[in-house]
Amino acid sequence: MSAAFTIVRARPLDDTPTIDPALVERWLTEFIRDELVRRRGIHHAVVGVSGGVDSAVVAYLCARALGPRNVVGVRMPYRTSSPQSLEHAALVIRETGIDERLVDISAAVDGYLAQEPDASSTRRGNVMARMRMIVLFDQSAKINGVPVGTGNKSERMFGYFTWHGDDSPPINPIGDLFKTQVWQLARHLGVPDAIIDKPATADLIRGQTDEEDLGITYLQADRILNRLLLGYTVEDIIAAGYSSAQVELVKRRVDATHWKRHLATTALISTTAINEFYLRPVDY
Amino acid sequence: MARAKRFELALVQLAPRKGDLEANFASIGAAFAVLAAEKEAFPNVVVFPEAMLSGYFVEGGVRDVSLSARDVLGRLQRLAKANAPKKTFDIVLGFYEIDEDDKLYNSALYATIGAETRVHHVHRKLFLPTYGVFDEERFVTRGRSVGVFDTANGRAAILICEDACHSLATTVAALRGAQIIYIPSASPGRGMEDFEPANVSLWRDIIRVAASEHGLFVAYAGLVGFEGGKGFTGGSRLVGPFGDLRVEAPFTGDAIVRASVDLEDVAVARAALPALGDLETNLPELVPALLAAEGETGARKGSPNGRAAKSAGKSRAAKGRTRR
Repeated sequence: MSAAFTIVRARPLDDTPTIDPALVERWLTEFIRDELVRRRGIHHAVVGVSGGVDSAVVAYLCARALGPRNVVGVRMPYRTSSPQSLEHAALVIRETGIDERLVDISAAVDGYLAQEPDASSTRRGNVMARMRMIVLFDQSAKINGVPVGTGNKSERMFGYFTWHGDDSPPINPIGDLFKTQVWQLARHLGVPDAIIDKPATADLIRGQTDEEDLGITYLQADRILNRLLLGYTVEDIIAAGYSSAQVELVKRRVDATHWKRHLATTALISTTAINEFYLRPVDY
Repeated sequence: MARAKRFELALVQLAPRKGDLEANFASIGAAFAVLAAEKEAFPNVVVFPEAMLSGYFVEGGVRDVSLSARDVLGRLQRLAKANAPKKTFDIVLGFYEIDEDDKLYNSALYATIGAETRVHHVHRKLFLPTYGVFDEERFVTRGRSVGVFDTANGRAAILICEDACHSLATTVAALRGAQIIYIPSASPGRGMEDFEPANVSLWRDIIRVAASEHGLFVAYAGLVGFEGGKGFTGGSRLVGPFGDLRVEAPFTGDAIVRASVDLEDVAVARAALPALGDLETNLPELVPALLAAEGETGARKGSPNGRAAKSAGKSRAAKGRTRR
């Protein structure tokens, strides 16, 4: 006679980083209100809206946190930018009801690059990113607002951004969300599918996509990054079923870019060196 | 000291202004005024979160914002006079403390304000989290003891935030006779995979287990607001001695939680589930060791320490007395 056992199995662990998007929306809108209004007494936010999913999510969050009339979405095309990006940026601005500003950065970027005709595409891309930073800060000063950052955790961990360019705004609501989590949040917020489903791109070079640049899909990268950040070793992660080439690619990119996640390295001379001995939090 | 069986409790959760003692004292005064304006009687005990006077993450600014317990008491007394005149009540408040030897602590005081103003007890945080997002031990000194003290509203203990995450700390408080444990806290929200931040659920579990295991009340007051991107989860709550969640505030936003405490519930819970008495009886090696430390650290004479230590290792009859 066989006993009738009920077999109850644990679900296999899924490495894909997840969020409860409703909770994260609540948390991040509180964060934006708290940082701008309560801490700084400022009611206006400025978001560089590129047409991609990251800046779309930030625009939706700011509109909900502050009211759409208190948010300016700045479109900053360069002459080689994809027309689709510009259209998608307009769609975000229309859907959220935020105010619009269009600043063509071509003349400013080309004005400098005319003196550097041999600049590589990477250098040209960095000049564009840093020009957009100048525009965002200036547009913020114009309306007594604060530029709000749009860099996600995956690109921050990969160093896939322009130092003191995309990462420069003083607050960033999505910087601790992996790209796959940004996609989850975007669906919850109602960002149009066309923006969520298209291949992510920095749009600094014609036809580029993030995943081709990085050599790995965001889904796979985020799973590996998640394990790495939790403290698992490369060997552990490979043993969990990931390809050694992919794990090593992720690890290499993370290790090569720690400097990009910090401010300038300052030579320590005294016993009062800033952020070494003299320690005060950012909101002190 | 006349001891009330029943008393009214208020747990105040709010977002302090970073490093701004004056603004934060003003917020405390405003809370007093709100409570004084309510139709209900003014609460007997008002509890504020950890680091209420300055915000939690102050790093090397601790010395700038630290005060002695006596100075805090003086300020509270003036605030009460202005905002809740003629009221006598107890207060639990977390603050960065500087002692007479200029040592810095993350502390919480229990004081009476009004007719007989005095500080009953100052608890100095024992477990200073120094990992991950936390860096406390770099800036403040560890406390050394879990004190239990008599008040007009029962025998109480204070544990600050991570102190209470270690079940032995709540056990020591219970063995020393606490009927209620106050937990001023500052818990940064993290873990957003579910309907509430993971730390909110974890804290609720920790408190419910501590309350039900030892048959006592636990009152938790949490800081709220964001500090440098780190948002604190309030969820201020009272849990009864059966581990029953009596009331809980939302995990964001300023709030005041009001509840009644009936210390008879402690006796009822301990009769129904004599776990504390069992512990005293059945771990005769452990209990005296847990309690011996009090003498070494100069805790108050006359605390229930001696009584509990003597009961350890005795018969079931001894346990019965403890229960009742």
